[in-house]
Amino acid sequence: MTGARLNWRIVVGGGALLVLALIAIAAPLLAPVDPLEQDLFLELLPPWWQADADPTRALGADSLGRDVLSRLIHAARPALIVAVVAGVLTMLLGTALGLLAGYMGGMIDVVISRMVDIWTSFPPVLLAIMLVALIGTGLHSVIIAIVLIDWTRFCRVVRSETLAQTEMEYIDAAVIGGLKRGAILFREVLPNVLPLVIVLLTLEMSIAIIVEAILSFVGLSVSSDSPTWGGMIAEGRQVIHQAWWVMAFPMGLILIAVLALNLLGDGLKTALDPVLRR
Amino acid sequence: MSGSLLLRRLVQAVPTLFGVSVVVFVLVRVVPGNPIAMMLPPGASLEDMERLRQAYGLDGSIVEQYVIWLGQALQGSFGTSISLRQDVLELVLGRLPATLELAVLATIMAVTVGVLAATVGILFRGRWPETLIDAINGFTLAVPDFIWALALILVFGVLLPVLPISGRVDPRLGTEFATGFYLIEALVSVRFTVVGDLLAHMIMPAIALALPLAAIITRVLKNSLAEAMAQDYVMIARVKGFSRWRIIWVEALRNASIPALTLTGVQFTFLVGGTVLVEKIFSYPGIGNMAIDAVINRDLPLIQGLILSFAVIFIVVNLLVDLSYGLLNPRLRT
Repeated sequence: MTGARLNWRIVVGGGALLVLALIAIAAPLLAPVDPLEQDLFLELLPPWWQADADPTRALGADSLGRDVLSRLIHAARPALIVAVVAGVLTMLLGTALGLLAGYMGGMIDVVISRMVDIWTSFPPVLLAIMLVALIGTGLHSVIIAIVLIDWTRFCRVVRSETLAQTEMEYIDAAVIGGLKRGAILFREVLPNVLPLVIVLLTLEMSIAIIVEAILSFVGLSVSSDSPTWGGMIAEGRQVIHQAWWVMAFPMGLILIAVLALNLLGDGLKTALDPVLRR
Repeated sequence: MSGSLLLRRLVQAVPTLFGVSVVVFVLVRVVPGNPIAMMLPPGASLEDMERLRQAYGLDGSIVEQYVIWLGQALQGSFGTSISLRQDVLELVLGRLPATLELAVLATIMAVTVGVLAATVGILFRGRWPETLIDAINGFTLAVPDFIWALALILVFGVLLPVLPISGRVDPRLGTEFATGFYLIEALVSVRFTVVGDLLAHMIMPAIALALPLAAIITRVLKNSLAEAMAQDYVMIARVKGFSRWRIIWVEALRNASIPALTLTGVQFTFLVGGTVLVEKIFSYPGIGNMAIDAVINRDLPLIQGLILSFAVIFIVVNLLVDLSYGLLNPRLRT
C-alpha cells in the first residue's frame, strides 16, 4: 500500500482495538477474580462510586453475585475471536465469489448475483438466529452463521469493482501482453480491489461483534456460563430496575469496540484514498 | 411507470419468492432435530409420533414435503404452528399490523429527521450547524439499532422513568380493538388517551429503528442537495430574489429527493429486519418477536410463514419505491 499515511483516525481507532486485544489476550492475568465465581452475598452489588460498594468488586456484581469487571474482561475474548475469524472468513468467501462473478461474467455471474438477491431478501438478524438455532449454539456456529450471511456484502462490492476494473485499459494491455486469465485476475485485478476489501473488513468486524452480542443476547452463542457481552446485557435486562449497571458496562464496551473499528475503517479509507478515488 | 413495467416487476418477484421459499424450506429441514418429539408428552408411543408427523406433513422426502407445502401455500394455507397449535396465516396476520405500524412510524420519523437535518445542513453550509450535523451523523451511523434500543431503555425507561419499556398498549386501559391496527383505529375513533398510550409504547422502539435510517437519509440527501444547488435553475431562482430556504425546499428538494428515495426503499428492508430484534428487546408483540420465538422453538411451519411474509414486505416496498419515481420525476412518466 504505497502512499498510505497514518492519520489520527487510524491511531485512535487502531489504538483502542490494540488495547482491547491485549485485554482479551491477558484476560486471566487482568481479571481480579474468577468470572464464574458466585457469591450470593454480593448479589447486585453497586459499582465503586456508590455508597455500599465493595472495593474488591470495582464495577459491582450481577444477579448471581459474579464480578462484573472480571466478566467484562473475559468476555472480550469471544467478541474479538468472532470479529477476527468471522471477519476474515467472510472476506475470503465474499471476495472470491465477487471476483468470480465480476470477472467471469455469463452464467456464473447470473447464478451468483441471483443468490445475492435471494440472500439479501432475508432479514439478516432472523437468518442468523435461524442458522444458529439449526446448527447448534457455540462460537463455531456464530462464526459460520456470520460467514454464511454476510458474504454478500463483500461479493456485491467486489463484483461491481471488478467489473469496473476489467473495463480499464491496463487489463487490455495485460491481455495483449499474453497474460492468462487467472494471472490477470490475481496479479492485476485483485491488488486494485484490495484497498476496498480492507475497508470493508473493518466494517465486517464491527458487524461480527454486534451479531455475536445479539446472538448471545438471545441466548444462542456460547454456553450461558462463560461470559459474553451480549449475555451480560441479557442478564442485565432482567434486573434493569434494580441494577442498571450490569447492562450498561457491556453496552459501553461494545460501543467502544464498534466505534474504534468504524474510526479505523474511515482512517484507512482516507489513507488509501489515491487508490480508491477515481 | 407504465402498466406493462409494473406487470414485469410483479412477474420478476415470483422467482425471488420461489427461491426464498426453497431456501427456507431446505434450511429448516436439512439439520437434524425433531420438533415432533418436543410436542409429545413423555411416554408417547412411536405410533403417536408417526401420526403427528403425518398430521404436520413431516413424513416423506424433502421434495415431497415441499410440493405438498407449495400446493397448500398457493391456496392460502401455510399449515399449523407446532408450538402455538394455531393456523400460521392467522398467527402472522394477527401480528403483522403491529410490526407494520411500528415500521411505518419509524420510517416517517427517519424521513422527517433526515430531511430536516439535510436541509438545515445545506442552509448553513460551511458553518458550525453543518459540522455539528455531520458529527452527529457519523456517530449515529456507527451505532447499531441493538445498542440504540438498549440505551433508550436505560435512559428513558430506568434512569428517568418516563416511558414504558415493554408491550404495545397498557392492559389497564382495557381497550378493545376491532382490527390489528391499534394506532390507526384509535386515531380514527378519536380515543386520544389510547393514542397517547400506544405512542408512548412505540416511541422508543421506533426511534431505535429510525436513527440509523435517518442518518443515511441525511447523508445522501445532503450530497444530492449540494449538487442540485449548483444547477442553473437554482441560480435563476436566486437572481429572482427567492430566499435560500425557499429555494432549498421548493426547487432543489424535489430534484434531490430521488436518490434519497431509492435508498430509503433499500434501507426500509433493513429497518423491517431490525424489527426482529428491537421487538424482542421491547417485548413488542409483532412478527419479529414471534419469529425469534418460532426459531428457538423450531416451529418449522411458523418460521416458513414468517420469512415468506418478510420477503413479501420487501418486494412490495421495492415496488412502491419504483412507482413513486414516476411521481417525482416527470421524465420517467412515459
